[in-house]
Amino acid sequence: MPKTYEPIATTTLGSSQTTVTFSSVSGSYTDLVLVASFSLANSVYQPILRFNSDTGSNYSATALSGNGSSAVSSRHTNQNGIYVNPGAGTGSTLAQPLIWICNIMNYANTTTYKTAVNRFNNAGNIVNAEVGLWRNTAAITTVSLTAESGSGDFQSGSTFTLYGILAA
Amino acid sequence: MLNNTVALLGDGAPPAVGDYESIATTVVGAGGSATITFSGIPSTYKHLQVRILAQNGNANKNLSMQFNSDTATNYSRHLLYGTGASALAAADATVANADAYISPSGGFGAAIIDILDYANTNKYKTTRALGGYDANGSGWITLASGSWRSTSAITSISFSNFGSNFAQYSSFALYGVK
Repeated sequence: MPKTYEPIATTTLGSSQTTVTFSSVSGSYTDLVLVASFSLANSVYQPILRFNSDTGSNYSATALSGNGSSAVSSRHTNQNGIYVNPGAGTGSTLAQPLIWICNIMNYANTTTYKTAVNRFNNAGNIVNAEVGLWRNTAAITTVSLTAESGSGDFQSGSTFTLYGILAA
Repeated sequence: MLNNTVALLGDGAPPAVGDYESIATTVVGAGGSATITFSGIPSTYKHLQVRILAQNGNANKNLSMQFNSDTATNYSRHLLYGTGASALAAADATVANADAYISPSGGFGAAIIDILDYANTNKYKTTRALGGYDANGSGWITLASGSWRSTSAITSISFSNFGSNFAQYSSFALYGVK
């Protein structure tokens, strides 16, 4: 019997990379949790969460951010992925990585659109909470994170782990 | 309207071995459900987590949470939330429930609620929640903290949504953290 909360796969980058993909995700869990600790050469650009290789305008999100001087809320509609605002910093390092925890809820059901609730932390300049929607009832079998063009890609040493949570 | 009470004893599903265990899950069936209750919660864990994907049957996006059938004004809460246009805050010092946000009718929202030190009989109970919904043009994202001013160990948790049913396919999953 699988554990209730267990790692499915983990990746540590040996060199910079644009996209990290977890494919053939088993449908036997209830929720997925993606934990990413990474750096971008230029963190002005946003990492992008996508499912099942869908790059169509099928995503949207509502976000809440604080940058140390003000709190704002933003909305993104008809996007080609779930974006997160990494803040206006000029870059990040592995000594002070960006942290992104994505809870992908009931990912394997074929009845509802897919909802992800996320926390993002850049100790350099922003804290962020976000809820994203993928307007598709298909079970999620692939989860990918892509570094937005211009960001300099996810840097070597960045780590990405996908966990599965199994409800009774 | 139906009340779904999930008994934790004898549900036929042995917990997985580990420090994070599934205690009980309920998925709302056809016809909806007014209340979801986890009862008979053992005190053998350190913390509890509830993971929810649910939809209200009306325009209300609030999710009410009460402990041990306490419906009195023994709760308080603070909220930081984003509407997509504004970042706002709210607080209630004396209310009848702790709070999170899911989705009004038309979509599903999610909430992850941590109930810390739930079995400790020397402390009031503190909760924190991350939740919200997005509907491609509308939505809310919420960070919430709550307090139940009771030193009783939590043995039951009830969820309701202020006069409507949770829609079919709404799911509530309770986990124990050792």
